[in-house]
Amino acid sequence: MRFTLNIWRQKGPNEAGRFVRYEASDVSPGMSFLEMLDAVNQKLLVAGEEPVAFEQDCREGICGSCSLVIDGIPHGPDRGITTCQLYMRRFPDGASITIEPWRARAFPIIKDLVVDRSALDRVMQAGGYISVNTGGAVDGNVLLIGKDRAETSMDAASCIGCGACVAACKNASAMLFVAAKVSHLALLPQGEPERTRRVSAMIEAMDREGFGSCGNQYECEAVCPKSISVRFIATLNREYLRAGIVESALSSESESPHAESV
Amino acid sequence: MITKLDSKIPSGPLETKWDRHRFSEKLVSPSNKRKLTIIVVGTGLAGASAASTLGQLGYQVECFCFHDSPRRAHSIAAQGGINAAKNYQDDGDSVGRLFYDTIKGGDFRSREANVYRLAQISTQIIDQCVALGIPFAREYGGQLANRSFGGVQVSRTFYCRGQTGQQLLLGAYSALCWQIERGQVTMRPRTEMLDLIVVDGQARGIVVRDLVTGRLSVHMAYAVVLATGGYSNVYYLSTNANGSNVTATYRAWKQGAAFANPCFTQIHPTAIPPGDVYQAKLTLMSESLRNDGRLWVPKLPADTRSPHDISEGERDYFLERRYPRFGNLAPRDIASRAVKAVCDEGRGVGPNGHGVYLDFAGVIEQQGFDVVRERYGNLFEMYHRITGEDAYRAPMRIYPAPHYTMGGLWVDYNLMSTIPGLFVIGEANFADHGANRLGASSLMQGLADGYFILPYTIGHYLATAKLPPVAEDHAQASAALHRVTSRITRLLDAKGGRTAASFHRDVGRLLWNHCGMSRDEAGLKLALASIPALRDAFWREVVVPGSGDAFNQELEYAGRVADYLEFAELLCHDALHRQESCGAHFREEHQTGDGEPTRDDSRFAHVAAWEYREGTIPILHKEPLAFEFVQPTTRSYQ
Repeated sequence: MRFTLNIWRQKGPNEAGRFVRYEASDVSPGMSFLEMLDAVNQKLLVAGEEPVAFEQDCREGICGSCSLVIDGIPHGPDRGITTCQLYMRRFPDGASITIEPWRARAFPIIKDLVVDRSALDRVMQAGGYISVNTGGAVDGNVLLIGKDRAETSMDAASCIGCGACVAACKNASAMLFVAAKVSHLALLPQGEPERTRRVSAMIEAMDREGFGSCGNQYECEAVCPKSISVRFIATLNREYLRAGIVESALSSESESPHAESV
Repeated sequence: MITKLDSKIPSGPLETKWDRHRFSEKLVSPSNKRKLTIIVVGTGLAGASAASTLGQLGYQVECFCFHDSPRRAHSIAAQGGINAAKNYQDDGDSVGRLFYDTIKGGDFRSREANVYRLAQISTQIIDQCVALGIPFAREYGGQLANRSFGGVQVSRTFYCRGQTGQQLLLGAYSALCWQIERGQVTMRPRTEMLDLIVVDGQARGIVVRDLVTGRLSVHMAYAVVLATGGYSNVYYLSTNANGSNVTATYRAWKQGAAFANPCFTQIHPTAIPPGDVYQAKLTLMSESLRNDGRLWVPKLPADTRSPHDISEGERDYFLERRYPRFGNLAPRDIASRAVKAVCDEGRGVGPNGHGVYLDFAGVIEQQGFDVVRERYGNLFEMYHRITGEDAYRAPMRIYPAPHYTMGGLWVDYNLMSTIPGLFVIGEANFADHGANRLGASSLMQGLADGYFILPYTIGHYLATAKLPPVAEDHAQASAALHRVTSRITRLLDAKGGRTAASFHRDVGRLLWNHCGMSRDEAGLKLALASIPALRDAFWREVVVPGSGDAFNQELEYAGRVADYLEFAELLCHDALHRQESCGAHFREEHQTGDGEPTRDDSRFAHVAAWEYREGTIPILHKEPLAFEFVQPTTRSYQ
């Protein structure tokens, strides 16, 4: 198989980028999309040119590193997979394929197809955790969790933090990402004590990082490699609303779990 | 120079060693902890759990990873589960049994005291993970669910669908996030450790490269913790993530940390078979598939008929035949070798005969399509996506792949290497799995080291060692910086015409052929003779474009390949020295008439710890393994 690739090249964050055309020949249908790009890069290297920078690591759809917009769709045309799980047999021989980086204000481009997604880490640091010390935890069976609840929590927890939801959203919203973490922990008894503070802190951090708001068009769910449902955005909205009510009913001092570290 | 390997194993009864040891350890006062900086390199299960716990204890932690986020570390890809001796199923499990299974699974090449401690801590890990909000699988009544997993006869494995590693890592990552938010951990992602700084015999810092700007910098501390994972990628094709590499541990080796049992490399039996030359990795199919799938090949060699046309009587269910007691659940090393054996006989299936069938027809017929889909749906989907084949209709094809490395930097009972102040945790050390690791025990070990062992033992070191302040411009720091700079310059200046990947593929093939699933003296000597020439060619002919002071992925990769080209030799030296077959290390010369491995306890019941020597072959130090509590037996699964 052979393909014509239009790839976004950009030397650095402050340089202008542009599309450059490359020919990929001798592609076998069993090659993954990233292996096809590896092959293009090997040829560029031998020709003394700079290879196309893109992010990847586990190549089995779980680490969340790979991040390409392929013909306008984050992670490409198939549902429920990452770019590294996309195979060339999916494309017609001779096709022309456009490859771009995630585009969002909160994800500045580092080089070519590599973007800076550290904003997602900062949103997690704002509250995407249960603050328990190591050691002294009670037996894992002390708090029973029904199978259905555990499974729904796991559905939300399966987010790989790739950022495709942000890249697909015209508002560059990170609502699905935040909703996944908030829902995962809100569904578990262990997450209960910090439930109120968590959702407020994560939403604030999300706004601070320059992510937009949800426009209810569900592009995020459509491109999510783990098919995380937009129902969790509804959960997030409920949690946020609930937090507003709970917070107004409690004095503010009691909502400061880190007082001991100040 | 290493004078003596002191494992520092506490005396007394096995059951109380760890408790007594913890009590005898000196503590650091809370006010002093604030003044002590600890470096943690790597943010997988071991690194993230250690960094977060050390931060929680009050130390100042500087944490480094080469990924864009600590959440991407390769622990994330572990599918199957995590073992713990909870005995929730009341099926006869206990700390003692987990200990015995692990030490036997490792073919009696690990330390009793370490393994017992691991089994003891296993139950605490589950509790800690539940407290962190990890959504483990549950029964309808709300209790934690278990499944059985390769190589054992009890059901002690806890899991989160096929994503256990992901959930455990995200738990450790969330704990890390909390400590970053509190200011106890300074996280430096996209930063790669390129050398270790040793001052007056103590590990006191590292040299790192900022992978975005290319800037090199020196970071000093009172102790350095390496949690940088394993080295299976030395084989080029493995189940590891592409970024996983040996560089941090290898550079530490060159600064004086002994490297133990490098030849103990685990080949996992159930990966999707290799395809064409551009294949970037081998995808693992979870070992849990062997709970219900049956492995077989045609009885006749070169039988190219479709599997449906091969009748029951013409099939060889080779694991069930050779190991009737464990059948398809035989441990990884045994299953992998059995697969290789039938393929070597010309009975392999699929392209190049590199494959055997893993068949689910029986279980689908007995328990129904829906049961199989519920249990393995995601794995069948993954298989379909990669191969284009439907495993509900025709059997899967699988083939062994390099997966996990039991070898690693030598550490004592306190997880400290032969360089005082350099601690090594998780897959990066060698300690607990002996010559073979059982399924669902790497997650257990990574978290045991990071949450529960290192935080105690590092305190004793910091409380007792003399650690004068060291400036960032200390002569040893400058020397390390100079080593890194000259290496980068050399890579960029080669300006040849061959890519780093082509050399990586060559060294990987050499190792796979001669130091892979089975080894012999002639092959190892051939590999040892071939590697230096390949390495010389690399430095002459490699092409690395661009510059060192910018984002340059090819430069990162070429540096790692350069280390593989040296490390490969160490692996072969170790395999050559170990003239016995044990665990994952199978020497052709040492087997019984029916192809079972023969271990030699009289000559090789030791840890082989190698010391680096510039320009000559490494020096071997032996740590004898004493078995006071269990009697090493022939590891029979027949």
